[in-house]
Amino acid sequence: MTVDETFTSGVSLNLAPNEPILTVRDLVKEFPIRAGVFRRQVGAVQAVSGVHLDLYANETLGVVGESGCGKSTLGRSLLRLIEPTSGSVMFGEEDVTTASKSRLRELRRDLQMVFQDPYASLNPRLPIRDIVGEPMVIHGVSKKEARERVGELLKRVGLLPEHGNRYPHEFSGGQRQRIGIARSLALRPKVIVLDEPVSALDVSIQAQVLNLLDEIQEEYQLSFIFIAHDLSVVRHTSDRVAVMYLGRIAEVADKDTLYGRPAHPYTQSLLSAVPVADPKRERSRQRIILQGDVPSPANPPSGCRFHPRCPVAKDKCTTEVPELRVIGEGHQVSCHFPLEAGETLLQRVQQLGRTPVMSTVK
Amino acid sequence: MNDESPLLTVDNLSVGFVTKGGIVQAATEISFEIRRGEVLAVVGESGSGKSVTALALMRLHPGNAITTGDVDFDGRDLLNMSDAEMRSVRGSDIAMIFQDPMTAMNPVFTVGSQIVETIRVHDSSVSKQDAWSKTVDLLQLVGVPEPKRRASQYPHEYSGGMRQRAMIAMAIANDPKLLIADEPTTALDVTVQAQVMEVLHEVQAQTGSAMMLITHDLGLVAGSADRVQVMYASRLMETGTINQIFYESQNPYTMALLESIPDVDGLKDRLEPIPGNPPSLLNPPSGCAFRPRCNYAQPICAVDKPVLVSVGVEHESRCLRAHELGADTEALV
Repeated sequence: MTVDETFTSGVSLNLAPNEPILTVRDLVKEFPIRAGVFRRQVGAVQAVSGVHLDLYANETLGVVGESGCGKSTLGRSLLRLIEPTSGSVMFGEEDVTTASKSRLRELRRDLQMVFQDPYASLNPRLPIRDIVGEPMVIHGVSKKEARERVGELLKRVGLLPEHGNRYPHEFSGGQRQRIGIARSLALRPKVIVLDEPVSALDVSIQAQVLNLLDEIQEEYQLSFIFIAHDLSVVRHTSDRVAVMYLGRIAEVADKDTLYGRPAHPYTQSLLSAVPVADPKRERSRQRIILQGDVPSPANPPSGCRFHPRCPVAKDKCTTEVPELRVIGEGHQVSCHFPLEAGETLLQRVQQLGRTPVMSTVK
Repeated sequence: MNDESPLLTVDNLSVGFVTKGGIVQAATEISFEIRRGEVLAVVGESGSGKSVTALALMRLHPGNAITTGDVDFDGRDLLNMSDAEMRSVRGSDIAMIFQDPMTAMNPVFTVGSQIVETIRVHDSSVSKQDAWSKTVDLLQLVGVPEPKRRASQYPHEYSGGMRQRAMIAMAIANDPKLLIADEPTTALDVTVQAQVMEVLHEVQAQTGSAMMLITHDLGLVAGSADRVQVMYASRLMETGTINQIFYESQNPYTMALLESIPDVDGLKDRLEPIPGNPPSLLNPPSGCAFRPRCNYAQPICAVDKPVLVSVGVEHESRCLRAHELGADTEALV
């Protein structure tokens, strides 16, 4: 039996060319709000509220959004690190959300995760070889073989096999994130959910880790869900991108469409808010400044959840929830009045006879 | 003081911290000026010494810090004045905006009363009523909606973006000549960051104060600074105008930093990471601190410590090869 056969979860993945490896439908995660002596439930935070997503083989799907939009909850729900309230996550022909405990453990050989905080996600009392080797030992590899493979994995992520004897505190943030990546690779997974994998790192180190992720994706034939708040990083790493706002998908498209011709007013204003490290481009940008903050997911706005901040909202937006619908090849948007290709938010605002709040920074 | 003289002159400022492992040199021989009304950005990664430098100007370091050098602010010697005198400077002539407005405000007092206190502590002749109405005006100026009502609320009742606006209101309450903003938007979402930067620029333009903007985000720098200082491993690596730093850099670290960041307009195919890790400040490498990670390093770089050399008008770089860099940089690797 070869090493790879040891780690098959048994899910048949005879995917047709355009068939997704992971299919998420109507995924909902509610957190109860409790109050009073008896901790009675008085409400619920809908952190993820009916999300549809497809992940295709060997692609990177970026998931972006501001804090509280539910992107991390989504990532954790996919692997059932937290139990989703309803909805389905199909991996091949199997529904992850209904799998038994023992079956779930087998499925997690194929579905792995890398966490944001490289300080909190590694056990400080274990040497690196045990941290990286533990998944293999749990899944029935002999300790001796696991140790050999740990050496190879450490080498692959740019560390030395000897580093296996050291403890997490002896490593820098970037090195720790490499260790987390080695651990996620240990069981030869097919899908890795990366939750803000570089946001705790300094910029000069970020690029090292991003390039490493690129390399291992190709080498190990991986599909990534890349969760991040940094739109520049997501553009760099992703093939397709999903924008989330208050628990829902606002827009999904391939990267060039999403960044080049965003159709959702939120996507456009989000993109225009990102500062560019080039003074000439940065100072010639026309930037509409969104007003207000992201509302609380415990009490989301009626209709389109973006309507209170949307500079081009109409009456319909305050009452009717927009469904995620197809507006072009591979391009879905949940907006009643999406922007046309080439139309800017500013043009739409002016067409409606409203006064936009523009940035005056020059 | 006339308007031509710099507002702040820092000469040979060094800050070390006494630790069990030895002295950590967190800022080394820093010299620079801030002119009246200008925005000076200080850029660097964590541990590069940018916040340490700012805190030293405000004399906010703990007891185990050893600070040496000279800081002249508008003709006054900041490092050698009495504690009482320094207190009168802080919050009035120089005001600071911190990264995390939750910990920078007192949770048991209303936002309004904290701003009132800031005003009255520096000028006890202002009546409470006057200070309160000025507070409401200030909150209005920084874009806090319903400022009258919001002034009576506590910091936890504010969102992150609103708290940072309130912090700005507090900072400008006494018309400071210098605003030090230490990562003012790092804790905020990008759409809220755009709002807060807008407010910061408006108040800076209105009050005519100078600003020292400390950040790791080169995008923010590109949008707001007049001049830029790049720090690495406790030292200034390069200083110049915004265009000199972004388009005519003559320092390998600055160049590498600009190469390593992704671009939201998608203009970069592959990122060029800076190899290795920043050095330990307890035990820095010999010669140039950036040498172990530098594309242009030569054997001499391990021996000679580079000094800041002039490479143009107002443009200085700390690199032994600074004069070679710039024109045909590729050929030098």
